Amino acid sequence: MRVKVDTSKCQGHNRCYALAPELFDVDDLGTAFVLNDGVVPDGLEAKARLAEKNCPEYAIVIED
Amino acid sequence: MADIKDLETYFNEVYGPVADWMTDFDHANPAYNENAHALWDEMRDKCPVAHTTRYGGTWLPVTHEYVSEIAYDTDRFTSRSVVVSRMKPSLAPDMPPAPIGTAPPISSDPPFHHDARRVMLPAFAPKKIAAWEGDVRALCNELLDSVAGQEVIDAAVDYAQHIPVNVIARMLGFPLEDSDLFRKFVHDVLEGVDEPVHVRQPKFDRLFDYISVQIEEHQANPREDLTSFLLNATIYDQPLSMRHVAGSIVLLLLAGIDTTWSAIGSSIWHLATTPADRERLVREPELMPTAIEEFLRAYAPVTMARLVKEDIDFHGCPMKAEDWVLLPFPAANRDPKEFADADKVIIDREENRHSAFGLGIHRCMGSNLARLELTIAVEEFLKRYPNFELSDTAGVKWSNGQIRGPRKLPVRILPNK
Ligand code: SF4
Repeated sequence: MRVKVDTSKCQGHNRCYALAPELFDVDDLGTAFVLNDGVVPDGLEAKARLAEKNCPEYAIVIED
Repeated sequence: MADIKDLETYFNEVYGPVADWMTDFDHANPAYNENAHALWDEMRDKCPVAHTTRYGGTWLPVTHEYVSEIAYDTDRFTSRSVVVSRMKPSLAPDMPPAPIGTAPPISSDPPFHHDARRVMLPAFAPKKIAAWEGDVRALCNELLDSVAGQEVIDAAVDYAQHIPVNVIARMLGFPLEDSDLFRKFVHDVLEGVDEPVHVRQPKFDRLFDYISVQIEEHQANPREDLTSFLLNATIYDQPLSMRHVAGSIVLLLLAGIDTTWSAIGSSIWHLATTPADRERLVREPELMPTAIEEFLRAYAPVTMARLVKEDIDFHGCPMKAEDWVLLPFPAANRDPKEFADADKVIIDREENRHSAFGLGIHRCMGSNLARLELTIAVEEFLKRYPNFELSDTAGVKWSNGQIRGPRKLPVRILPNK
C-alpha cells in the first residue's frame, strides 16, 4: 500500500501527522509530506486509512 | 458584556423581531446561537440556503457541500470582511480594499493572501506550538487553584475565557494586565455587529490605537515575540507596512480568544450535561484525542463569512454584489450527508473529517494552538473535577454572533464517585 498527499489540496490541518506520525510529517508551513516515499509498512495500513478518512480537505490518496 | 435581554430589545427595535427563522434569520440575535443546531437542521431540510434582508442582505448555506464550495471559491467570494455586520465595506471608507483587507491574511484574497499567510505560518507550525504545552498546563492549574474549594464555579468566566487571552498576550508580548481590555476589543468586534457604522468605527479606531502603542513599545524594545517577529518580517523583500503589521496583530489578538474560549466552554458544557461521556473519559483518558475532535465537530465555534464579488446565481439563489454570505462550518459539521450520526456526539468517533477550522486557503492558522489549549484545558479540568453538573440550567448563556459558545457556564462540583 502507498499513501500520497495532494499538496495542492493540503491546507495543513495536521490531522494525518497527529494520527499517523509513522507515515506523515509536516514542514515549517504546516504542509504534510509522506515518509518513506509513501510506502506503508506492513501493519500500518489501518493507520493510513484512518488518516485518509480524517483529512478535511480530501488531500490524502491511498493506492493499494 | 451587555445584558442579553437588553440586546434582544435593541435588536427588535432596529430590525423588528425575527418573524421567521427560515426567511428572516438574524445570526446575532441571542436566540440564534441558543437554538443553532435545530435551526440549521430545519434549514437543511427546507432551504438549504437561507436568506435574510438584515445587514443589507445575508445568505446562509447550511450543507457541507455548499459551505465547502464557497470556501474554495475565492473567485466569486471575497474575504475582504469576514464578520457580518452593519458595517459593509462600501459604508466604511476607512476599510482597506481587497486583496489585503483590514487584518491580513484572514481579510485577504489571492494572490496576496498566500504571501501574507506564508509570513506567519512558521510561527504556528505544530512543532513550534507544541513547546507551549507546559505553560498552558501550568496556566490551567493556576486558574483551577484560584477557584479551589468553591462549590459552584463558572467554567466559562472563571476558567475557559482566561486561557486563550493569557496565551496570546504572552505570544504577542503584550501586558497581561490588559486582558480585560482584549476581551472588550473582542466583544466590540465580534458581538457588536448590530451597531451602526458611526458607533462601530470608533471602536475599531480604539483597537488600532492600542496596537500602535504596543508596536511603538516593541520598536523601542525588540524581543522574542510575535510582535517583534512581524516587525522584522518581509514580504516581496520589503518590511511589512505598519498597517499590515497592525492588521495581523488584530487578527492574532482577536481570532484566538472567543473561538478557543468557546470550544473549551462547549466541551465542558457537554461533559456537564452528559455524565456517561464524562465518566468514560475519566476512565479511558486515552480517548481524549477522538473526544476532542468530536467536540470540535459537534460544537465547532466558528462561522466565517464572505462577500459576494459580483452578481451571481448560486444554485438558484440570486446573490448580489456585496451581499454577505455566512459560512457556518458548524452546520457543515452536522450535515448527515457528510457524517454518520451527525446529530450524535460520539467521543470515540474514528472517522471525523470535520471542518471546525475551516476549509481551503483560509484554514485557521492557529488550529494547532487551539487544539493544544482545548485538549489541556479539558484534561486538567477533568483531572481536578471528575464529577460535576450544571448548577443552574437557566444560568447558561450562549454568545451572540458568529462565534458560538457558552459565556456563562455555572457548574456544581460534586464529590468524586
Ligand atoms: S490532514 Fe490533510 S490537510 Fe491536514 S496536513 Fe494532512 S494532508 Fe494536509
